[in-house]
Amino acid sequence: MNLTGLTIGQARDQLRRKAITARELAEAYIKAMETARPLKAYLIETPDRAFAAAKQSDARLQKGGGLPLDGVPIAVKDLFCTEGVETAAASKILAGFVPPYESTVTANLWRNGALMLGKVNLDEFAMGSATITSARGPTENPWRRRGDNRPLVPGGSSGGSAAAVAARAALAATGTDTGGSIRQPASFCGIVGLKPTYGRCSRWGIVAFASSLDQAGPMTRDVRDAAIMLQAMAGHDPKDATSAPLPVPNFEAAVGQSIKGLRIGIPKEYRLDGMPTEIEALWQRGIEWVKAAGATTVDISLKMTKYALATYYIIAPAEASSNLARYDGVRFGLRVPGETLEALYENTRGQGFGAEVRRRVLIGTYVLSAGYYDAYYLKAQKVRALIARDFDDAFKSCDAMLTPTAPSAAFAIGEKMDDPIAMYLNDVFTVPVNLAGLPGISLPAGLSADGLPLGLQVIGKAFDEETVLRVAAVLEDSAKFDAVPAFVAGAA
Amino acid sequence: MSNLIKGHTGEWEVVIGLEVHAQVISKAKLFSGAATDFGAEPNTQVSTVDAAFPGMLPVLNRFCVEQAVKTGLGLDAQVNLHSVFDRKNYFYPDLPAGYQISQFSRPIVGKGKIVLDMPDGSAREIGITRLHLEQDAGKSLHDQHPSKTYVDLNRAGVALMEIVSEPDLRSAEEAGAYLRKLRAILRYLGTCDANMEEGNLRCDCNVSVRKPGGKLGTRCEIKNVNSIRFVMQAIEYEARRQIELIEEGGTVVQETRLFDSGKGVTRSMRSKEESHDYRYFPDPDLLPVTLDPAWLAKLKAELPELPDVKKARFMCDYGLSGSQASALVAEKETADAFEELQSKVSKAVSIPATATANTVINVVSFIAGERGVSPAQFISTNDVPGALILQQKNVISGRMLKEVLEGIADSKKSAEAFVAEKSLKQVTDTGAIETAIDAMLAKEPDKVADYRAGKEKLLAYFVGQVMKATQGKANPALVNELLKKKLAG
Repeated sequence: MNLTGLTIGQARDQLRRKAITARELAEAYIKAMETARPLKAYLIETPDRAFAAAKQSDARLQKGGGLPLDGVPIAVKDLFCTEGVETAAASKILAGFVPPYESTVTANLWRNGALMLGKVNLDEFAMGSATITSARGPTENPWRRRGDNRPLVPGGSSGGSAAAVAARAALAATGTDTGGSIRQPASFCGIVGLKPTYGRCSRWGIVAFASSLDQAGPMTRDVRDAAIMLQAMAGHDPKDATSAPLPVPNFEAAVGQSIKGLRIGIPKEYRLDGMPTEIEALWQRGIEWVKAAGATTVDISLKMTKYALATYYIIAPAEASSNLARYDGVRFGLRVPGETLEALYENTRGQGFGAEVRRRVLIGTYVLSAGYYDAYYLKAQKVRALIARDFDDAFKSCDAMLTPTAPSAAFAIGEKMDDPIAMYLNDVFTVPVNLAGLPGISLPAGLSADGLPLGLQVIGKAFDEETVLRVAAVLEDSAKFDAVPAFVAGAA
Repeated sequence: MSNLIKGHTGEWEVVIGLEVHAQVISKAKLFSGAATDFGAEPNTQVSTVDAAFPGMLPVLNRFCVEQAVKTGLGLDAQVNLHSVFDRKNYFYPDLPAGYQISQFSRPIVGKGKIVLDMPDGSAREIGITRLHLEQDAGKSLHDQHPSKTYVDLNRAGVALMEIVSEPDLRSAEEAGAYLRKLRAILRYLGTCDANMEEGNLRCDCNVSVRKPGGKLGTRCEIKNVNSIRFVMQAIEYEARRQIELIEEGGTVVQETRLFDSGKGVTRSMRSKEESHDYRYFPDPDLLPVTLDPAWLAKLKAELPELPDVKKARFMCDYGLSGSQASALVAEKETADAFEELQSKVSKAVSIPATATANTVINVVSFIAGERGVSPAQFISTNDVPGALILQQKNVISGRMLKEVLEGIADSKKSAEAFVAEKSLKQVTDTGAIETAIDAMLAKEPDKVADYRAGKEKLLAYFVGQVMKATQGKANPALVNELLKKKLAG
């Protein structure tokens, strides 16, 4: 049996039937993790921890039953604090920081039986769309363009998570999504990435980027796995005031349900000028698939879409500039001494943060400054409210929306790197969803002309991940995406 | 009462507004579960939230909100049903997150007032601009190492109420009266211990001067003054400094100043140009605070009786004078002790409340002060009711009361036992007193003649002689009466 070829759903069945053991599954993945080292997805490997957890899973499974995620080996984005395991957010400033606590989301996963393979790469402090701003160097996408061996980016910021799952070096991974950081890398790597509603998963113990936008979510091989993972990750946490005090529905039950009669909104503003025709064509195929499954499509308008990126690039840096103030060299992480207190701050932060982080801290500080606050931050907050209202209005006439995930397929490492604006455009379809706090999923739906995966995005109403999963599962069935990346670590 | 200060060019008016930081009485900090005890070893009351570790999030302590709302109600203020926590951003080693969570544009409490009872019996109403909740910072210790600064985060995250007054105060005395009254209200409410020495009440003073009725002058802010006496000294000094500066042709520069209590002067700390841009914005980690009007009404109904109301009741129910009532209500414990004392004594004998009040204000306060305890503590641990009852029964005289109170405090005996043991009973036996009077008059024939010739002032001398002869045990009223009769006869 090709153990790393199984989905969570399949592995769960095999484990329960005792056809395989958690230890065998862990061994296969630890081997795959080692084979995948050239991708530089993992920053830290924790095989001992994985084996120890697998032993406990096997003990439970032997008795019959077991926990929902018993034996499932996962990769953890290095933005989640993991007790006793270095958590550096891919930044030099946090190098060597070992948290004395476990994030709520990962603690939920371990409590449900999952085991940690290691910590995976990301853009520094999750600021980026290509996993190239990591202080630990870029991660490579396991996919290659047909007839072209140049390494491609895995997207970002959860690029390490996406690459590890796509290369079969993890059965699933955690990601975080502030402006598209789960969905865009999922699209680039041909996997499923789900950003839940803001407040569905606790942010406690996740290194903060932009608090009003950050949301954790699963990155998996298929839609069912995303539902299973989210089930374990989600839930109200009294330690996070913004986590929603709502019960967690049975997400997996939504997978496989008919979408007959559902109304799927197609936002006209997402038809960008100059968008590659293959993306346009993929979107059209998606529309035909949902229609064929008995849903109707509705043309909707999200008028404020064109302001979303600008709004995002004011609010996210503003919050980040404040959230990252704690990295000052005083209590933990990097300290670069100086003659004065100011010099200590300047040396530490100047050397500890990479260029993109510094850029965003500067932008954020600027837009909050006296004299600029009203023109930038306050205006952006107002536009954000209008964007949310756009969605509210549109959802009066539809139950979910269908859009492309990103305006392109994965690009090569080195491309777009000298132009931050071009890089920011990657998030044009995903950012509005964060600003409105809604759930969105990306699923692989086809290949580009040069053989790279392309994703479709389903957007739902707040706290209606069930409909999102239901529609995504139908699209997944129709798309029959079975292409494999050039590099598959687990296929030995 | 004139508050004007005389300068070379005429009189000046000083305009003062106070910003008080009052530490909320709460077991846990404003946004973390860490303890708040005063005087703990450095860095022993610090959670990962207080130290701003990565991924840590603030969770609002509801009890602190309740304390702030109670305080707002006690200041007769507008309580806002919707308020917001903001981040005030600046870098300092004792501010771990690089921002302080505070309330900027939407505080939990809006406009209110405090009524001051001035020594001359007048009342002054001082406006409260706002009250908001915020976190305290930690403490930078500069004296532990020749070249390093140490940081103690025990205080970091402790809940503070910043209470801002309108610029309604006009003298150092008024500022002192304001702080004493605010302290009393906070203590009555149980929302702040209000000990400036322990640092749980701190005061920033905004001071400016102007010609009476003229437009407001440029103000200076004196930061972190830590006793009422120093607040008054700092204002006094600062007002005179500004007047002298202006009269010598200079101008006051808006700046932050520090008070040097050793030298009694204020010194420039930083000018307006150097002031921070705090980049306030709503804290995205916290939801806005929404209060339920029913909950608010319940808190209001359960509010304890506050000094002003208690004072009015003492005047109305007990017939006390305004100054007596003010003196008693300044500390809730004293007021309670007075009421309990009056009630206990009244059960045994009839006693005018004014007499009890005077005993507490003049005698008990003095003796308690000498022993380093509060009047309330003195009353609760000694047989003060017994002593008062003996006095009302004429067993001891008013002058003997002090001696008895001191005696029972030292011996820990009941008043009755102490009086019996020391044979302190006053002589009310007319026969014995008459004997003493006759003996005394017999020794002073000349003075008796003078008295009878019209030198009536001598009566006091005669009373004194009789009291001396009886070792102070004779009932003075009786001595007086009998003497007059004898001398007339």
